[in-house]
Amino acid sequence: MAEMLAQGKQPEVLFWVGCAGSFDDRAKKITKAFVRILNRANVPFAVLGTEESCTGDPAKRAGNEFLFQMQAMMNIEVLNAYEAKKIVTACPHCFNTLKNEYPELGGKYEVVHHTEFLKSLLDDGRLTIEGGQFKGKRITFHDPCYLGRANNVYEAPRDLILKLDAELVEMKRSKANGLCCGAGGAQMFKDAEPGNKEVNVERTEDALETKPEIIAAGCPFCNTMMTDGIKNKEKEGDVKVMDIAELIANAQDL
Amino acid sequence: MSYLDNILFAILLVIGFGYFFNSVKKIRRNINLGTDVNRSDNPKARWTNMAMIALGQSKMVKRPIAGILHIIVYVGFVIINIELLEIIIDGLFGTHRVFAFLGTTYDVLIASFEILAFLVLVAVFAFWSRRNAIKLKRFVSSDLKGWPKSDANYILYFEVVLMTLFLLMNASDLHLQNVPGGFSHFIKAGFFPVSQFIEPIFNGMSNELVMLLSEIFWWLHIVGILIFMNYLYFSKHLHILLAFPNTYFANLNPQGQFDNLESVTKEVKLMMDPNADPFAAAPVDENAVPSKFGASDIQDLNWVQLLNAYTCTECGRCTSSCPANITGKKLSPRKIMMDTRDRMEEVGRNIDANKGIFIPDNKTLLNDYITPEELWACTSCNACVEECPVNISPLSIIMDMRRYLVMEQSAAPMPLNAMMTNIENNGAPWQYNQQDRLNWKNE
Repeated sequence: MAEMLAQGKQPEVLFWVGCAGSFDDRAKKITKAFVRILNRANVPFAVLGTEESCTGDPAKRAGNEFLFQMQAMMNIEVLNAYEAKKIVTACPHCFNTLKNEYPELGGKYEVVHHTEFLKSLLDDGRLTIEGGQFKGKRITFHDPCYLGRANNVYEAPRDLILKLDAELVEMKRSKANGLCCGAGGAQMFKDAEPGNKEVNVERTEDALETKPEIIAAGCPFCNTMMTDGIKNKEKEGDVKVMDIAELIANAQDL
Repeated sequence: MSYLDNILFAILLVIGFGYFFNSVKKIRRNINLGTDVNRSDNPKARWTNMAMIALGQSKMVKRPIAGILHIIVYVGFVIINIELLEIIIDGLFGTHRVFAFLGTTYDVLIASFEILAFLVLVAVFAFWSRRNAIKLKRFVSSDLKGWPKSDANYILYFEVVLMTLFLLMNASDLHLQNVPGGFSHFIKAGFFPVSQFIEPIFNGMSNELVMLLSEIFWWLHIVGILIFMNYLYFSKHLHILLAFPNTYFANLNPQGQFDNLESVTKEVKLMMDPNADPFAAAPVDENAVPSKFGASDIQDLNWVQLLNAYTCTECGRCTSSCPANITGKKLSPRKIMMDTRDRMEEVGRNIDANKGIFIPDNKTLLNDYITPEELWACTSCNACVEECPVNISPLSIIMDMRRYLVMEQSAAPMPLNAMMTNIENNGAPWQYNQQDRLNWKNE
């Protein structure tokens, strides 16, 4: 972002990478896939790089409103300094926080999830996709809570899967009735309370019932949880967990 | 003619409604123990919500069997209560079937009441079976042990008794209407598609006896209604009234949007203001109540959350969709709402016993009712909020109590403390250097 500003340019969109997308080895692949698509579609974009910091979502959901608001105000200072207008992110938690919880604290931006953004690129004809290797494959989509129920985005990711000429199969609990992967509300960063099952295993069973070849996700944390669930069921050979951005990038051999 | 009946009836009405309004006052007082929250914005959307969700039952039918059965009982309740108007007028003025002059309209009304009464009986039987014979998981869970389980069955028995009395009342009336040459004041009025099949039980009885029975049914029916109305205060059945304000005042923001605590915003702004004097004494306000971050008791929750607790009818759809509960954790969103109401009522009784002042009882909603283990099992996925047929938010209570645990007691689970320390130190929940954020670019 700093480089762009130095050249006197404003990007069309600021890509908020998020902590998972920056540091987690699995999620970094999603970041890179999304960047390859942005480059293919000639979208002038920027990232904050080392100036980005946690949105504060996990702190807020854990109950630490102080830490959340400190993070939020620091980020808002940076974003406002760069006059950011439109933000895209591949993480539904960052998406929800930036979109819904920042405006009251002075951070007002147009915030879209990467599946919505990719859909708009397709609709505008800036990106074309063909099924490629995913043609006819059975793909089920796991709704991230913070994308679906939290913000009512259900169709954009599904439209993208259908654009791949894949066979979209729904789990018994999907869309507004979708079951959480178990990572939300800061659960990602702690052990589960005593119970008789892990949430991600329960959800993976939902997914496996549809006999999918690929479980599509739209959230780096869901991705981790579902991947772990598949390992738990020893199905890594048969079923892959992939982000929507990876599906599209791979279909285009990007 | 004696006016004794009419006076007795008026006294009954006054006692019934008087006691009921007294209960309503207590409910109002208890709800107002909560903190303020502004829900006066966007009245149009709020009215729409109320019309769709409470009046229109739109979220009930998400589970079609329970939904349709519920609509029968609900419509039955609303429609049959039109009859109540006639009963009250008849009782007060000594008339008999005062609306009979409506002719065909009256026939249609009575007929629809009868059919609905019959359908209600069928639905109530189905509801009873779901709880006591089929034993659906959400109705036999430990949340409902004791009073809540009995309460649910008592409500069903009430409905059976009231509907049966209504039909018996009509059947005996019909029997006397059919006496050749007419009998007493029993004019021909109404059409009785259901009670005509009950009517033969009175064959062989003297007309005077049937008239006595008819009056007994009539009185028991109205007394039953008044008792049921007053039973609401002690029961989960309050939802028949509170569902309406509850859906009106429910949160309209996206479900993922959690409120930003204003008191924290002030502190954080002060902290980040380079011109603020860190040693300046805080301005003294004599009347200011020292604010607490988050909630440990019902007085820290807002009034909408308390209204939620009174509205909850303990159907358990929230709990049956909760990922933590499904996987055997202790958390049950329904229990969060039931505990909140129980504690609110306990505080209310305390206030009643101490002449309007709450004397601290060394108990709190947190720990004495809701344990931290329950609170920490929540994934904040909003499934409970989505499921609730009347837009209750157990999640908002869970979050407020987590805030208290973390900001007032520093009592987060250790791994979460580590996560928060990482965010403070290096701007990410994991221990990575902020300078490495762009490394993916070259990998």
